[in-house]
Amino acid sequence: MVDIPEHLLLRSAEARAKALGISVEQALAEMKGETEPTVVAKDPEIKVIDETPAPAAETPAAETPAPAAETPAAETPAAETPAPAAETPAPAAEKPAPAAEKPAPAASKTDTPEEVDFAPEVKVTQRLLTVVKAKPIQKPVAEPVDKVNTWPHLMLPEFVSLMAMTAFLILLSAILQAPLLEEANPNVTPNPAKAPWYFLGLQELLSYWDPQIAGVMIPLVLGVVLWMAFPYIDRNPETHPSKRKFAIMFYTFFLAGAGVLTIIGVLFRGPGWNWTYPWIDGIWFDDLLDWIHFE
Amino acid sequence: MQKLSLRDKIKEARISAADSFRGGKLMSSIFRPGSPFRKGYVDSPRNRSYVVMNNVLYHLHPVKVKRHGVRLSYTLCLGGLSFFLFIVLTITGIWLMFYFRPTELAYVDIQNLQTSIAFGSLVRNMHRWGAHLMVLVVFLHMSRVFYHGAYKAPREFNWVIGVILLLLTLLLSFTGYLLPWDQLAIWAVTVGGNMAGYTPVIGAQAKFGLFAGLEATTATLLRFYVLHVLFLPFIIVIFMAVHFWRVRKDGGISGPL
Repeated sequence: MVDIPEHLLLRSAEARAKALGISVEQALAEMKGETEPTVVAKDPEIKVIDETPAPAAETPAAETPAPAAETPAAETPAAETPAPAAETPAPAAEKPAPAAEKPAPAASKTDTPEEVDFAPEVKVTQRLLTVVKAKPIQKPVAEPVDKVNTWPHLMLPEFVSLMAMTAFLILLSAILQAPLLEEANPNVTPNPAKAPWYFLGLQELLSYWDPQIAGVMIPLVLGVVLWMAFPYIDRNPETHPSKRKFAIMFYTFFLAGAGVLTIIGVLFRGPGWNWTYPWIDGIWFDDLLDWIHFE
Repeated sequence: MQKLSLRDKIKEARISAADSFRGGKLMSSIFRPGSPFRKGYVDSPRNRSYVVMNNVLYHLHPVKVKRHGVRLSYTLCLGGLSFFLFIVLTITGIWLMFYFRPTELAYVDIQNLQTSIAFGSLVRNMHRWGAHLMVLVVFLHMSRVFYHGAYKAPREFNWVIGVILLLLTLLLSFTGYLLPWDQLAIWAVTVGGNMAGYTPVIGAQAKFGLFAGLEATTATLLRFYVLHVLFLPFIIVIFMAVHFWRVRKDGGISGPL
């Protein structure tokens, strides 16, 4: 048997209660089969159709118009034969499951619409014809996601982390003095002249290869174009590291390469871009003047 | 009824005054429903949603986020910290602009800032180390996104915007590098500008455009200053807005793995 949603059952019970003049609780109990159905006083006035065969005719017709709600199976014959709809589902109310089958052959015989009384005396204003379960035609693709409220579960850690960052930055700035050398002088070239640290990997490459390759083609073609196009090149939809080993390897090599080149450029290059050891020849990078002392 | 001491009476009056202020017209006109600053705030799912929805800053966030996304180990807050460092740099940068002239006097201004202006040295240090930190954090953010495969569909285009943001961050840092107008600044920028000169076909023009001449002069200083304080921040804010917006539109945080 189909489970009828509670709110539909309630709505049906309200209609029934209104029609029969009983309380909603009672109507609900009747529909659930917990108590005997109410017999309406106007009972005899109901016109029973002659052709209605035995099982239907035996039943006091007006007795149970609404309980059909309980067994939608019983609705099927009613839909097929509009005529005795009010009468035939009656037995269904008493014993739901077997009765559901019974009215079918009986109803199919009474296929004489002209004899039907479309206005029975019973004041049934509303009836539950059928229950269509709320089931979409298409299966939803999206699975429900486990979510938490942004406030406070995200915003609190965010707030703490930015406070920590502020503290770290202020502490750093209080301890380390930003470098300020002599005033700019285009006539005095320092040796070596170094770019900011994030360009020192490039400057290091520049010392190996032709500047057109190292200074322009690599940063422009490799760094910008290839980097931006990366999601369009890597069409592997997997995100777990074990299923995208090449991509992980590629990026890790890039990181290691960039890191090594930058560290060489910052620490291991001295006058004339010659190899120096920071613990022997000192640091040749003015941004780090106040940072590390090898004395 | 027990007689209240004067102290208790004052306390009671203070509480009721605070309550009527919090519940008054002024406070309820400033703070939208659900704000913890309004009277009668209770910790309910509805109010938790209102806190985010009814605040112009917080509603960058959705009301709810995926549970795995709030774990610190997933993002390390790197994207948020990049944005936060940008804000810190904006605030300290505006403060520095009060004491800085992008002319031959630039170097003297920096010296004065460090020696004779209250907190001048600290703010300058914060601006400089914050800038280095921002380059680092943006780079780490990119690495985090890569290792989580978070650039994959439907987030491909947001990765592209992210790369643009990284480039703009580098450009902002690079243009700021010249402004102290000391030997470190001018020669670092000369090295960088000479690299631009190796561009095929338009190398000479690119270098001339960057330097506003053949070499780094005070004209270059002015050019870099305008780029640094006006043009590039303007552009980067636009791209950041698109970046944040796309994060939401592409379905929030990526993952879980």
